[in-house]
Amino acid sequence: MFFNSLLTNFAALEVGQHLYWQIGNIRLHGQVFLTSWILLGALLVFISLGTKKMENDPKGLQNLLEFLWDYIRDLARTQIGEKVYRDWMPFIGTLFLFVFVSNWGGALIPWRLIKLPSGELGAPTADINTTIALALLVSLSYFYAGLSNKGWRYFEYYVHPTPIMLPFKILEDFTKPLSLSFRLFGNILADELVVGVLVFLVPLILPIPVMFLGLFTSAIQALIFATLAAYYIGEAVEEHH
Amino acid sequence: MLAFNFFGATEGGLFDINATLPLMAIQVVALTYILNSLFFKPVGNVVEKREKFVSNNIIEAKNKLSEVKKLEADLLTQLQSARTEAQRIVSEAEGESEKLYKEALELANNEANASKEKARLEIESQTSAARDQLSKQADDLSELIVNRLILEK
Repeated sequence: MFFNSLLTNFAALEVGQHLYWQIGNIRLHGQVFLTSWILLGALLVFISLGTKKMENDPKGLQNLLEFLWDYIRDLARTQIGEKVYRDWMPFIGTLFLFVFVSNWGGALIPWRLIKLPSGELGAPTADINTTIALALLVSLSYFYAGLSNKGWRYFEYYVHPTPIMLPFKILEDFTKPLSLSFRLFGNILADELVVGVLVFLVPLILPIPVMFLGLFTSAIQALIFATLAAYYIGEAVEEHH
Repeated sequence: MLAFNFFGATEGGLFDINATLPLMAIQVVALTYILNSLFFKPVGNVVEKREKFVSNNIIEAKNKLSEVKKLEADLLTQLQSARTEAQRIVSEAEGESEKLYKEALELANNEANASKEKARLEIESQTSAARDQLSKQADDLSELIVNRLILEK
């Protein structure tokens, strides 16, 4: 009985409801695309404004963007290594920015005020499709990075340091995207649910600390995702001796 | 029905995977290219140009500093050699003046000795001449005395 009422309450938060777009035979989660377009649009506008007039003495937005660039470069360089980090920096940076903007956008903008016929707007990263898409891109990237840098010698990695490691390394290729996608999905969804439930139960003051915690988690998750992606790529291009 | 939906099924649910996945992947790849041309390349160019400028300036300053140090060391050695040269010249001049002094002294000594010797010889010859004269006068006198004595007899 209690379980049922709890689910009804959750249903009031519309968990697992989606705004379906039907294009021919395929079905899409419209709310994910809507929020991602709004957030990425804002990100692109922000970046265009900051890079419009680049000067040798950075001013205003350019300062912030240069700090961001430096931060991403440090992240990529420490994880991937001096040799090939340049090739992968845009990808790692895009992952970081996308996840960060999605998480914070989902947490900071009061999407619930916009009523949809079905489902509700929220962080794009709270949808399993988004996180699996990102994780699979990371998997493809590290395979591509390893193969393009070392050729067939990339597969030495699977029997390094001993052939006993082979089954574990193969298993890792499956657990890496799984853990990447579910970590991000779970954290962001859980944060949205906790905030949602608290707002539903106690609409005043109490949700605020949880919201701050949510902002913290969101930033950390973006950093973790980008760092792990860079680490996997670095692992694939690393030379074994 | 609600529970069924909550844990994911063909229609709706948390784990409803559909064409959103590949489209989102394409969107992220496109975003990577857009951000690369809008953000990573231009900002990277500016930052790296500045880093190069700064590191070039640092290298140049270091080169100049090492040049200054080299010149300083050069000057120091020059100063050192000039000092030893001066020392050498001074000691040389001192030795020479000492030598000249000794020579002059010796010369003067010799001269003095020579004039002393000459004077001595003169005195000696005059003494002997006077003695000769004296003995001759004595002889004359004795002869005179003898002659007178003989004449008186």
